[in-house]
Amino acid sequence: MAKEMMKGNTAIAEAAIRAGLDAYFGYPITPQTELLEWMSVRMPELGRAFVQAESELGAINMVYGAACTGKRVMTSSSSPGISLMMEGLSYIAGTEVPMVLVNVMRGGPGLGNIAPAQADYNQIVHGGGHGDMHPIVLAPASVQEAIDLTVLAFDLAEKYRAIVVVLIDGSLGQMMEPGELPPMAPLKTAIPDWAVRGGDDGKRRTLSSIYLNPPDEEVTNLRLERRWQEVQANEVRYKEYYLEDARYVVTGFGSAGRIALSAVRAARAEGIPVGLLRPISLNPFPRQVIADLSERVEGFLVTEMNAGQMLDDVMAAVAGRKPVEFYGRMGGVVPFPDEILGEIKRMVNGQVPMSGHPRDRWLERMPRAN
Amino acid sequence: MQTEIIIAGFGGQGVLFAGQLLAYAAMEEDKAVTWIPSYGPEMRGGTANCAVVVADEEIGSPFVKHPQAAIVMNLPSLDKYEALVAPGGVLVVNTSMVDRPCQRPDITVVEIPANEIAERLGDRRMTNMVLLGGLLAQLPVVSMEAVDKALKEHLPERHQKLLPLNRQAMQEGASQPARV
Amino acid sequence: MDTAQHELEQVVYQRPESLMEVDTHYCPGCTHGVAHRLVAEVLDEMQVRQRTIGVASVGCSVFAYNYFNTDFVQAPHGRAPAMATGIKRCLPDRIVFTYQGDGDMASIGMGEVVAAAARGENITVVFINNANYGMTGGQMAPTTLPGQKTTSSPNGRDVETQGFPMQAAELLATLEGTSYSVRRSLHDPKNVRMAKKALRTAFEVQARGMGFSIVELLSVCPTNWGMTPLQSLKWLEEAMIPFYPIGDYKVNPALAGLRF
Repeated sequence: MAKEMMKGNTAIAEAAIRAGLDAYFGYPITPQTELLEWMSVRMPELGRAFVQAESELGAINMVYGAACTGKRVMTSSSSPGISLMMEGLSYIAGTEVPMVLVNVMRGGPGLGNIAPAQADYNQIVHGGGHGDMHPIVLAPASVQEAIDLTVLAFDLAEKYRAIVVVLIDGSLGQMMEPGELPPMAPLKTAIPDWAVRGGDDGKRRTLSSIYLNPPDEEVTNLRLERRWQEVQANEVRYKEYYLEDARYVVTGFGSAGRIALSAVRAARAEGIPVGLLRPISLNPFPRQVIADLSERVEGFLVTEMNAGQMLDDVMAAVAGRKPVEFYGRMGGVVPFPDEILGEIKRMVNGQVPMSGHPRDRWLERMPRAN
Repeated sequence: MQTEIIIAGFGGQGVLFAGQLLAYAAMEEDKAVTWIPSYGPEMRGGTANCAVVVADEEIGSPFVKHPQAAIVMNLPSLDKYEALVAPGGVLVVNTSMVDRPCQRPDITVVEIPANEIAERLGDRRMTNMVLLGGLLAQLPVVSMEAVDKALKEHLPERHQKLLPLNRQAMQEGASQPARV
Repeated sequence: MDTAQHELEQVVYQRPESLMEVDTHYCPGCTHGVAHRLVAEVLDEMQVRQRTIGVASVGCSVFAYNYFNTDFVQAPHGRAPAMATGIKRCLPDRIVFTYQGDGDMASIGMGEVVAAAARGENITVVFINNANYGMTGGQMAPTTLPGQKTTSSPNGRDVETQGFPMQAAELLATLEGTSYSVRRSLHDPKNVRMAKKALRTAFEVQARGMGFSIVELLSVCPTNWGMTPLQSLKWLEEAMIPFYPIGDYKVNPALAGLRF
């Protein structure tokens, strides 16, 4: 397949279609609307299911119903819409049916704005809905990665009967970059045994997330937790840049990660031995990789487009062995590479204290408007 | 090797399309490229801009603060980007839409009355192509041939007849003098 | 046994195949059991049991999936029509129905059911209206009558502060995508028979791809109403029906020629 120039949103949509998407249900919200629009053209022309739902509540529950039939299904939204989907996501996790969710994050909280942000990390990575549940979360940083991870998302969803979230920010959704799409995969014909179908094989199946008897619920909880251990063991993904001889590590995901790459290159050009670790799977988080790095480097700089959400996971992995600094921009403001370069230099040249919290030090450095 | 370009102007001046053409041309030449628009309510009738990064290796930030080159198609864009162009860079100004000269002594300035040229060519919509030609003459980040090919592939069917005029507009722009 | 005697033995009553052979958790005197049976009889008669997927809701009928002998899923509160949409769009040749109470469909789920009806979603909704929230202990529902006492309207529903009841069958009948919207009652044998006929029609509408169908069934809740089963049937007839008239609110004209 030749490379094509695509927006992140449409690339994800077409990648999902080529991965054998049977049904899409969604609701318009900037900055992910191109994804829904692409689906509205392509799915009907391929004879597949597309519904523009009445709300994100409608969309996620259509996905829930469709997922119960064992088909490949997905929805997409942006921050406020994802909040509305939380109920359905939890039910889907509790029913153990696979689905793919694309979250194109924007500035918040509340209505916020439509500019790129990463402030929903905790909502998805450490949440995703009520109850003990663990969505797999993949964070691409380029159009090509968005394509590849979308395809992977369906396989992982089915393998672990799990929710897989492709988490990007508005800029990747809107950005155009060359990417290579996979060939069109045939639609799945095999129906998983658990899927409802109307009992035409003489077997009766019910799917629900109810376990009214607490010990039964606990059995389910344990099953989900053990399945999650398996995910943690097998599905950690990340990308390393210039880490071989690095004495300092910058880490960030998605757009913040790729912006940091420019800063790391600029620092390298000035002779600073710094590298970049860009987590791709945010859940499971590359905790061990960071723990190992913390044995041999002198410090970490976490950059995010939020107030330090992945920061907490990095700190847990570093476990106080080395200093950690944080630099974030919020509310739809995107950090430029020179800001991150400045932070790298500050970390390298100054003494970063081991005491105190990097978030407090960062807030101290940020301007005060009132 | 990485080149960063910002194109800015009013919505409707072909700002985003000019940037996309650059991006398509870069892809044509097998380069890494990103194109990112300012998106949102400002797209609807207000100012629009896009950043294009062309490189030989994996691109880090698609966001650009100090571009090597900028095309500014109106006064607000001149006011905003004049100061941001990197020293030694290129600023292409649509003088039809600004009422003051560029003040920077440390950059190459190409001042083009692009609206007038486009009108002389018979189609006001060629303004962006005139300016793009002016840019590529000073900063050959992609070849004119690659842009030509990109145009051919990405102009909607109903506009294919405008291909020769687009080419001519680029050449007119490329022949405009630069002030170094 | 001799032949003559055998011929006299005729099965007049048996459990429909579409019902599981289990005891339900419903209270004595509750009409959920009647509604379940009617739906099951219709599925049997149409011979669609083995291509039917039900969608249970949240409320007293949350365990409907344990009682119907068909495939079933269980929806979040109010979302059954959306879930049914997802199923039907993936498996358009199956019979898909939701079974929802008044709190579920007419309060928290009004958005989903209206949107499904407006889309002409080819599903059937069985809507149980018993004028209160049964499962949580008899609170005021959108269908609670003016003046009706519930545990959250202890002085009787005051329409000045608590608004007016929702007439779902009439409301959904206004939508172009609705092919069939009727109200029936389960308070006496005659009405039960009428209800069954309506349910059959609703499922036939779906089987023929004619779009959205809903049957509102006036039902009793003796436990939460604080009445004996007989008193509650009487109350349904005397208090509910005047506000919720039995009738056909939308019948697609194309249904006129159908025989089944």
